[in-house]
Amino acid sequence: MAKQPDHINVKIFALEPTPEDLAGAIPVFHRWIQQNAAPELLIDVADYRHVPAGPGVILVGLEANYSLDLTENRLGLLYNRKKPVAGSLEDKLRQAYEAASAACRRLEQEPEFHRKLHFDPNSCEVIFNDRLLAPNTLETFERLRSGMEQFFAELWGRGTFALERVGEPRERLRVRAAVRSSLTPLI
Amino acid sequence: MKASNPFWKDQLEDQMPPQLAAEIDVFEHELALRRQGKIDERVFAETRLRRGVYGQRYDSGQRHDGIRTRTLAYPEGKPTKGPNTVWDAPGMQRIKIPFGGLNARQLEVIAELAEEYADGVAHVTTRQDFQLHFVHIDDTPTIMRRLAAVGITTREACGNSIRNVTACPLAGVCRDQVFDVTPYAKMMAYYLLGHPECQDFGRKFKIAFSGCKENPCALVRMHDMGFIAAVREVDGALRRGFEVYVGGGLGTVPYQAKLFAEFLPVEELLPLAVAVARVYTKYGEKKNRNTARIKFLVHKLGLEEFKQRVEQERAGLRPDPRWEQMLREIPTYQERPLKDPGLLQITAPRLEGFERWYARNVYRQRQPGYATVTIALPLGDITAAQLRRVADLARKYTRETVRTTVEQNLVLRWVSEADLPALYAELKAAQLAEPVAGSIADIVACPGTDTCKLGIASSRGLAAELRQRLLAQGADQDAAVSNLHIKISGCFNSCGQHHVADIGFYGVSRNKNGYTVPHFQLLVGGQWEENAGSYGLAIGAIPAKRVPEALERFIRRYRSERAFGESFQSFIQRIGKAECKRMVEDLMPVPPHEEDPSFYVDWSDAREFTIGDLGVGECAGELVSPVDFQLAACEREAFEAQLLLEAGQIERAAQTAYKAMMHGAQALLRFKLGAFPEDPEAVYQQFRTHFYDTQLFFDPFAQGKFAHYYFAAHARNGAPHDPESARRQIEEAQLFLEAAHSCYARMLAAPAGG
Ligand code: SF4
Repeated sequence: MAKQPDHINVKIFALEPTPEDLAGAIPVFHRWIQQNAAPELLIDVADYRHVPAGPGVILVGLEANYSLDLTENRLGLLYNRKKPVAGSLEDKLRQAYEAASAACRRLEQEPEFHRKLHFDPNSCEVIFNDRLLAPNTLETFERLRSGMEQFFAELWGRGTFALERVGEPRERLRVRAAVRSSLTPLI
Repeated sequence: MKASNPFWKDQLEDQMPPQLAAEIDVFEHELALRRQGKIDERVFAETRLRRGVYGQRYDSGQRHDGIRTRTLAYPEGKPTKGPNTVWDAPGMQRIKIPFGGLNARQLEVIAELAEEYADGVAHVTTRQDFQLHFVHIDDTPTIMRRLAAVGITTREACGNSIRNVTACPLAGVCRDQVFDVTPYAKMMAYYLLGHPECQDFGRKFKIAFSGCKENPCALVRMHDMGFIAAVREVDGALRRGFEVYVGGGLGTVPYQAKLFAEFLPVEELLPLAVAVARVYTKYGEKKNRNTARIKFLVHKLGLEEFKQRVEQERAGLRPDPRWEQMLREIPTYQERPLKDPGLLQITAPRLEGFERWYARNVYRQRQPGYATVTIALPLGDITAAQLRRVADLARKYTRETVRTTVEQNLVLRWVSEADLPALYAELKAAQLAEPVAGSIADIVACPGTDTCKLGIASSRGLAAELRQRLLAQGADQDAAVSNLHIKISGCFNSCGQHHVADIGFYGVSRNKNGYTVPHFQLLVGGQWEENAGSYGLAIGAIPAKRVPEALERFIRRYRSERAFGESFQSFIQRIGKAECKRMVEDLMPVPPHEEDPSFYVDWSDAREFTIGDLGVGECAGELVSPVDFQLAACEREAFEAQLLLEAGQIERAAQTAYKAMMHGAQALLRFKLGAFPEDPEAVYQQFRTHFYDTQLFFDPFAQGKFAHYYFAAHARNGAPHDPESARRQIEEAQLFLEAAHSCYARMLAAPAGG
């Protein structure tokens, strides 16, 4: 029997223009720790702004990390689920997407980013952060497609979006999901 | 933590060297035993440290969030990972890379691990290791298995052991080398890995190899033991050997290593290492970790006396067949290029920035037509995607000849010079072509308060800030100052090697105006050259936020006032320490909090500064006696016996239970007599004589009962078992080991001579 995927990451991209510097994320994330601003146990902040196309600034938690991530030089809010989540693939996707989305909304309201940072509600990337449970193959992609379609249909409406497997084979399985009409995304 | 952890062992079974696979199984059992509360937390801490599994800041479960110190709400009901160390708290995994040598697949696996178990970044350390941060301890056996499958071990990456053996990253391709030290460093690393004579040190032990005396690549003179390549004519033939140094080290009190031997023939390399290890084990401090490094022993005994003792031990060593066997393998070590040698085409069009990169990051090898390219990593950090890119380039342009450096960079060796423009283009596309290698902007920094439990100030935060400013000012291109070295440690422990920098800093705190303020102690004039030839002068503590200005003053003054050809060290000596202090004295006061609160916050942080988060360090490892260790290993064996029984392997289960008892008896004999009999009959006889006949092993209530379990098992060893007798023998083994622990505790508590 195929192993069930877990440790699902969701990255919601920031819309252009993005802030030039992510320094503001440091006080924001420290405040989130003070305020217990997420359901996870929040532990510390890691600053990787010096790393090109790197993880940016990370809010490290026990069950998950949140980061303003710069992978592929594309800013986005990345939710990296570390603790397994019970349920179906849709449940796991829903959990990760909702956590990421809530963090985006909160970040957009923070004084450091207010009116400077907006996230695209019509596209995201799903990363299966476990090469054994979800090897990066066409077969896995096809196997997981219906679960993903179900979740994104719930989010955006059936038949309105496209899923695309992106990246190279050595990467983790990475799927870009986007609303078809999102060439001029809503803010 | 990862849902896939239970599956990796089967997945990789055929790919792991059996020895490494067995060691990881052992570690996994130890984890299981600790979860069941069957191993003492101190013993477990040392066990995991010796597997490279470190604690990280805030793992006590307490953290100051800028307003107050809070208890982090980790799940309850789990054991600790060590004294005051919460099980679920993120930790660090150190990955030992002997002499920094890596192939492409290994880079890819480290990339995978960084993504799946850490924060997406792999960090190159000042000992040529890799580190992954924010790792969950439950994931560590899987991490180790995935590394083992590509030939990497994390064994003895931390703890009171022989740490990663380092060597010049240019060894073998260097124009100045006496000979290639790589195979000797490799031989030393693998010979001493897990060596029984190296298991009872009071502290860590660091070894380095250098191909020449003048260049700084290996920093031999700041090591516990260092080797510099040398040749000598003996009977008309040139023979290889090493100039040997002992007793160097940075730490709080830096010591320059002392010349132990001007010429040690290569045949004596391994025996000498064992003899030194013996002397360190026998006479080194064990209780006070602050004076337990070998440098204190060399100092206490004096070099001559130390030498004499080493020579005595050497004379008493039984020859080990591996000495010759490993030496015979040396000539087979050879790195080869992938491509033919080439010439850089002067007239060919090149990408913008190539010349600068070529001047700074390319080293022309002793082999004509080949170059070594440095990939400068900011603060030693590299992403998973970049690691894969380096792996691609290592395959495309070389025979996967990659090394890490003690300056926290990577080098690609054996690049045909004709390929340099193409390689540059590809590195640039991967944002890996920053032309700063070895420059003033290529700052070395330890983890500091980012992740280290002992960190006082943010060495990485400061390094990132200085780096950015220096690059913006073009200091890396200014011929006068571009070659200066800056190194930063988060505290006095010098993991950032601040003593051997032109300009070094280490984190301290000062109480000002009722607040604690982050500062950095400034050191100037340390010597990176001549294998870390001299250490810097401490000038004074500067508030962290004013360090950039202090640095700028030194740069400016050196640039404008240095005499022709005058080094930074000579310049500092000429102007003198008092003048150095005067230059920055006005920067030392801290403005009141209400005037400028930014002084009270460290770099890369937003919280008001505190040192309340300081933890107990694990750099040195827990100090656990070998008996503790051996008894823990015996418990693990008893546990394995249980697993074997459950798997229906009756005979093996009973046999393993017997061995657990025998090894427990061995541990006690070692403690009492210093003897370490191997033969089961000898162990049995000696245990009977010294522990049973003397009643030393007797329990106050059960008397000699537990010893009889061992005697009975010994007597029937080899006779067939049924499930019932095997189960009983396992239970008896557990009771025997309990009694062994009690006996050991009684011996420890007994007055000396009693
Ligand atoms: S120098 Fe201090 S802060 Fe830096 S890693 Fe070593 S112990 Fe930690």
